[in-house]
Amino acid sequence: MNPWAEDFPILNEKMNGKRLAYLDNAATVQRPVPVLRAVDEFYRTENANPHRGLYELSVKATERYENARHTVKEFIGADKDCEVIFTRNASESLNLVAYSYGLNFLHEGDEIVLPVSEHHSNLVPWQMVAQAKGAKLVYLYPDKEGRLTDDEMEKITPKAKILALAHVSNVLGSVYPVRKIADKAHSVGAVVVVDCAQSIPHFKVNVKDLGADFMAFSGHKMMAPMGIGVLYGREELLNKMPPFLRGGEMIEYVHEQSATFAPLPQKFEAGTQNVGGAVGLEAAIHYLQKVGYDKIAETEQALLNYTLDGLAEVPHITVYGGTKNRRDRCGVISFNVDGVHPHDVASILDADGVAIRAGHHCAQPLMDYLGVNATCRASLYFYNTREDIDQFLSSLKRVRGWLGLGT
Amino acid sequence: MELNQIYTQILTEHNNSKRNKHHIDSPTATLKGVNPSCGDEISLELRVKDGVIEDAGFTGIGCAISQASASIMIDLIKGKTVEEAKKLVKLFLGMIKGEITDEKQLEPLDEAIALKDVAHMPARVKCAVLGWHTLENAVEGKKVTEE
Repeated sequence: MNPWAEDFPILNEKMNGKRLAYLDNAATVQRPVPVLRAVDEFYRTENANPHRGLYELSVKATERYENARHTVKEFIGADKDCEVIFTRNASESLNLVAYSYGLNFLHEGDEIVLPVSEHHSNLVPWQMVAQAKGAKLVYLYPDKEGRLTDDEMEKITPKAKILALAHVSNVLGSVYPVRKIADKAHSVGAVVVVDCAQSIPHFKVNVKDLGADFMAFSGHKMMAPMGIGVLYGREELLNKMPPFLRGGEMIEYVHEQSATFAPLPQKFEAGTQNVGGAVGLEAAIHYLQKVGYDKIAETEQALLNYTLDGLAEVPHITVYGGTKNRRDRCGVISFNVDGVHPHDVASILDADGVAIRAGHHCAQPLMDYLGVNATCRASLYFYNTREDIDQFLSSLKRVRGWLGLGT
Repeated sequence: MELNQIYTQILTEHNNSKRNKHHIDSPTATLKGVNPSCGDEISLELRVKDGVIEDAGFTGIGCAISQASASIMIDLIKGKTVEEAKKLVKLFLGMIKGEITDEKQLEPLDEAIALKDVAHMPARVKCAVLGWHTLENAVEGKKVTEE
């Protein structure tokens, strides 16, 4: 019995009349009761527009919002609260950096270095910057085990102005040695942008230890509501960047022809913010801390080993990314069934109550590099159990039979 | 959703068969159809002479539903006039959207009726209609020649 599973009411829902085995945690995880309750209570008792009203309720809402910011700051090891910008999600955070930093501080001939395994959210914005500024995208290619070798890092030369990389690949599950790559990037004067969307739900992220100048993550992948995300930026960089979105609450003075802008963090938070989301994110952080990253890692590592061992026993399966050195990877497992398209695999598993993802996982350049059109992806969280994995494996064994192929 | 209503013998046979999955001689129209969200793609080739579809074939990558659906469609439209093919497309799309359920009315779709239950699988509707939408565009004259 998993001691946390009972905090997640949705896990008791039936899917197609079957027990739900939710294995799409890399897409979004489920919310525990304390998070749901915190959001509910905020809207019941403390809701008002923050930073605006001169009455008690608005002051309360402002306090809740700013307390959440402080909790995030402590959680990620930033120096100051103002280095934490609330956004909708990691994609918006990364776009903010691309639009506000990339378009203003990159020049023709500069290089943006990134692994080919990047999620589109940390790749397509940089394509935009490269096209607009005449900069060049330089890709790092992981090896068969999903690792970035030292040879690849030689591509980080003094021409590099941005190093953009995910802490954990959302397809291969590889945990990249961010600090080592960041040190190399800093030694040539590049700014380091780290996408922690897939890492922060599973292990401790400290922006100083990572060597991140910018760091982005989404709340919904770590049990907060959808629609709240975070951008961390070093104060010095954020201060010299122009606003990304303009409008209410991000200004200092507005005249007919011009405006001056509010100091950090308001400069980057135009319009009414998602206070309920921030409150939910704070509750999610507290829940994560209560469970403890040690426990999470221990539980997930055991489940990962159990899953990879189980998959090795199923014929006609190809697993992508590292299977040998399991310490260097997270519980994100991409695979294919010989002769069966991933969408058919997902539909067949769905009929057995097993939720996995199938497709290109917003990482088409990586799919091209792997030489596949799409993959299936099962991804774990600490509330998953061996029962989920058994249900997944037993359904997987029947897939080829449904397509009239030998098992 | 019952899997045996979707992954039928007709579907798996068409999916595993290469009968219609190939290039054809001197196509008069070649059109690509793509599902951007899932990466499925097919390329449909038609040879139309005097308003009749003399030959058709497709190539591409995709799930069993999209591939079998395209293959079944080709069996159905070969030798038919463009006008007849358009009517079949309309009928098929009506069936998949769940708007046309009357068996008598669906009869002209023949083997394609095997895909009827996709109407109950919203996530897979776009797979089933990929080939048919591509055909619709091809006969509407949206001719795109592949590079």
